[in-house]
Amino acid sequence: MAAPKKGRSASAQSKPGRSLALILIAIVGLTGGMFASGHTTPRLGIDLAGGTSITLEAKSGQESAINKANMDTAVDIMNRRVNGLGVSEAEVQTQGNRNIIVNIPKGTNSEEARAQVGTTAKLYFRPVLATEATGPAGNASPSASPSGSGSPSPSASATGEKASSSSSESPASSASSSPSASATSQGRAVTDALKADSSPSASPSASSSAGASTPDTTKLQAQYAALDCSKKSARTKAGERAKPAEPTVGCGKMNGVWYKYLLGPAAVDGTEVKKAKAVYDTQNAAGWQVTMDFTGKGAKKFADITGKLAQNQQPQNEFGIVLDGEVVSSPYVSQAITGGQAQISGSFTQEEAQSLANMLSYGALPLSFKEQSVTTVTAALGGEQLHAGLLAGAIGLALVIIYLVAYYRGLSVIAIASLLVSAALTYVIMALLGPTIGFALNLPAVCGAIVAIGITADSFIVFFERIRDEIREGRTLRPAVERAWPRARRTILVSDFVSFLAAAVLFIVTVGKVQGFAFTLGLTTVLDVVVVFFFTKPLMTLAARRPFFANGHKWSGLDPKSLGAKPPLRRTRRPAGPVSGPVDPKEA
Amino acid sequence: MSKLGNLGARLHRGEISYDFIGHRKIWYGISILITITAILGLAVRGLNMGIDFQGGAVFTTPKTSVSVSQAEEYAKDASGHDAVVQKLGNGALRIQIAGMDTQQSDQIKTELAQDFKVDKEKIAADLVGPSWGDQIANKAWQGLAIFMVLVVIYLAIAFEWRMAIAALVALIHDITITTGIYALVGFEVTPGTVIGLLTILGYSLYDTVVVFDSLKEQTKDITKQTKVTYSEIANRSINGTLVRSINTTVVALLPVAGLLFIGGGFLGAGTLNDISLSLFVGLAAGAYSSIFIATPLVADLKEREPQIRALRKRVLAKRAQAASTEDLVEARTGAAGDAAGEPEDATPAVVGPRHQPASRGRGRGGRPSGKRR
Repeated sequence: MAAPKKGRSASAQSKPGRSLALILIAIVGLTGGMFASGHTTPRLGIDLAGGTSITLEAKSGQESAINKANMDTAVDIMNRRVNGLGVSEAEVQTQGNRNIIVNIPKGTNSEEARAQVGTTAKLYFRPVLATEATGPAGNASPSASPSGSGSPSPSASATGEKASSSSSESPASSASSSPSASATSQGRAVTDALKADSSPSASPSASSSAGASTPDTTKLQAQYAALDCSKKSARTKAGERAKPAEPTVGCGKMNGVWYKYLLGPAAVDGTEVKKAKAVYDTQNAAGWQVTMDFTGKGAKKFADITGKLAQNQQPQNEFGIVLDGEVVSSPYVSQAITGGQAQISGSFTQEEAQSLANMLSYGALPLSFKEQSVTTVTAALGGEQLHAGLLAGAIGLALVIIYLVAYYRGLSVIAIASLLVSAALTYVIMALLGPTIGFALNLPAVCGAIVAIGITADSFIVFFERIRDEIREGRTLRPAVERAWPRARRTILVSDFVSFLAAAVLFIVTVGKVQGFAFTLGLTTVLDVVVVFFFTKPLMTLAARRPFFANGHKWSGLDPKSLGAKPPLRRTRRPAGPVSGPVDPKEA
Repeated sequence: MSKLGNLGARLHRGEISYDFIGHRKIWYGISILITITAILGLAVRGLNMGIDFQGGAVFTTPKTSVSVSQAEEYAKDASGHDAVVQKLGNGALRIQIAGMDTQQSDQIKTELAQDFKVDKEKIAADLVGPSWGDQIANKAWQGLAIFMVLVVIYLAIAFEWRMAIAALVALIHDITITTGIYALVGFEVTPGTVIGLLTILGYSLYDTVVVFDSLKEQTKDITKQTKVTYSEIANRSINGTLVRSINTTVVALLPVAGLLFIGGGFLGAGTLNDISLSLFVGLAAGAYSSIFIATPLVADLKEREPQIRALRKRVLAKRAQAASTEDLVEARTGAAGDAAGEPEDATPAVVGPRHQPASRGRGRGGRPSGKRR
């Protein structure tokens, strides 16, 4: 890996203009892309933009439970919760193999978000007592009388039962199936259902409280009637603090429309789902469906509730899958499902099926999360840190440029141009990586970019010193450049590879701040190689043709005389050299 | 500046040189001494682990007129724990409370906001659970181990195993010294410090690789001649790349110095400062070790190889033969076996370059003489 193909360098020698054009096109193209994408600045991390960043660590009884699938499910769930709070652009991502980072931008209620993220998700299967579309005026108009049953209902069925794959996802079709449900009758039906639930045959947990004192029931009904699920605030409040053993109200979105639900006490707990997954039904060509396995206890409870539900009419033959107070799905039941296995079918897309399976799995997710660190950065502090970082970068760059100018004189023009190209590329790529892979520039990343100035400049030094060595051997500039390049190239590649290796290992192994730093360091190391190969070297070749450099002008930094090049005839060696060494520089 | 170029030229031609290899025992000794001090420092004083490693909270207030001692009292009242308060460059206060549960933080923050009479949302907070630091540290160790294995494999392939071993020793040397300095001075160790420390990994090797590369090139056909020994060539490689090493180190240190200046002077404390401090110490140690430790070590290892040992014998025999003829200059520049008359001219020659990494800021750049500092 240290030695690139010879062909490349040969073409770079003969046609330096071509690689220069190439890299300039690349810069213009990337810059164009940056403006076209509308993201002209890198996305800022929480510590620079302000906001709250929460790091959670997964804990589990068994270590094997902390795997990618489970972590992804957890991220899904947290994403729903945080973004359901009305927090826009909160991001949840895994980091390393057992951490989840939740970033909440400034201006949102971070405390509430923290509370949400910290608690465990609650998944219940609740019988649906009533449901109705709410939302934009037209939908909820009284004239749409059969709306009470207008829920899209995927069907749940026992596995192996082939005929049951029929489904009714569209509100229209389910509405037609139960035209009798009018607004008035619905109220009565609900009351009945609540009473029915108090019978011993209901789920064990329900029996205690479902004696449902009438005031409570009416209150709930009033709440249901008033519920407008098209409003975000209403949705968040709807399922809040619902006790599993009591009936409650909830919202759910099906086919882009929000429905409100009146739900009975939880019949099956989410923890009683052993596993759930999305499968493609090849046998019946019924498309994507979700299969669930219950635990022993869960299976019994599920058999009970489905047996009861199957006798009811739409929509009371449905059960709502309620995650954190939100109805994520409400399949109807056509018959009792025994045996601990069930499948939910409907016209799911793969993603929908996957997402539902994930949510169902969450109940069974043997993970809990512990808050590891919470960082709240005020916008003012973030701005200050950004400012400080940029200032430090400017100072660092200025110091390096001053040093290069003082030491390499004319040559430094090439080095500075290369540094600027490198900086431009880094900036544009960072800006583009924001929307594409969610890269966010945080303080350590800024630090990494500043440290990278040194790494990049080091490559030029290695190259320049090689050229100078060749000149000292008595060569003229053009052959000196061509001879110096292959050797300098090898050194640069080897040392950049080591840097890159360090960055890559850090990026893969570590978490949090270290990762941002490693990412920038790796990126800039790669860019360094690109710039040296496609910009610095061709530019140097071109410069070597200019008389200013080729003739070794005093200010070119390549003056053979001041470099102490070997004259064609050997001088006698100066034994006094060591003595004059420390003396001479003082005069400079 | 061109005078330094001149120095570079003479180093390049071998007119002046410092016998790094010949004096290696001195430098080994110095390094061992520093390393032992560092280890003792670690053992006796231990590292001053920051809040991130013990769990607790750091609150940063906006610019305030509340005094440090007053703030300490407020924080103690609010949390029931002792607090360390620092005044930052911009008038803000940084309040560290160790051993606190993250659950209490909101309440403490609210109380502090009342005490300081500022809006609660204006106080930045950094809460860390007790095991978070351990996790970071574990990951860092893991990364360190993986990196070392990979880099040894890579260097063994790109160069040879002796160089890989020498580079590894130099790397461990740098890391030990850096952590030792942290223990002795009592700088606070934060995740930022760990980042800096890990970055040294790649960087410390940069200089080493530059020297090794030149060494590999120059020793390609070493067994086919009888003029110089391996150690002598190694020494020439170090001297030949000395200017390069100095330049790359200075250029690497300059941006870090910029960070340190801004991080320490402007922000007072925080990530910038932590990263740049450990980087600065580590880079300096890395530059030193690549010249004084890594390459001499390679020469030592190499001289044990039968081929190289035979070469050395041949060279010395030939030299003894020619001792009467005036081949004085050869022997002098080459240096390895010849002690007579050498120290006096070798030592002054190196004074400049050896001290340069530290002293070459702006303004002083043209005067690399260590004597006048």
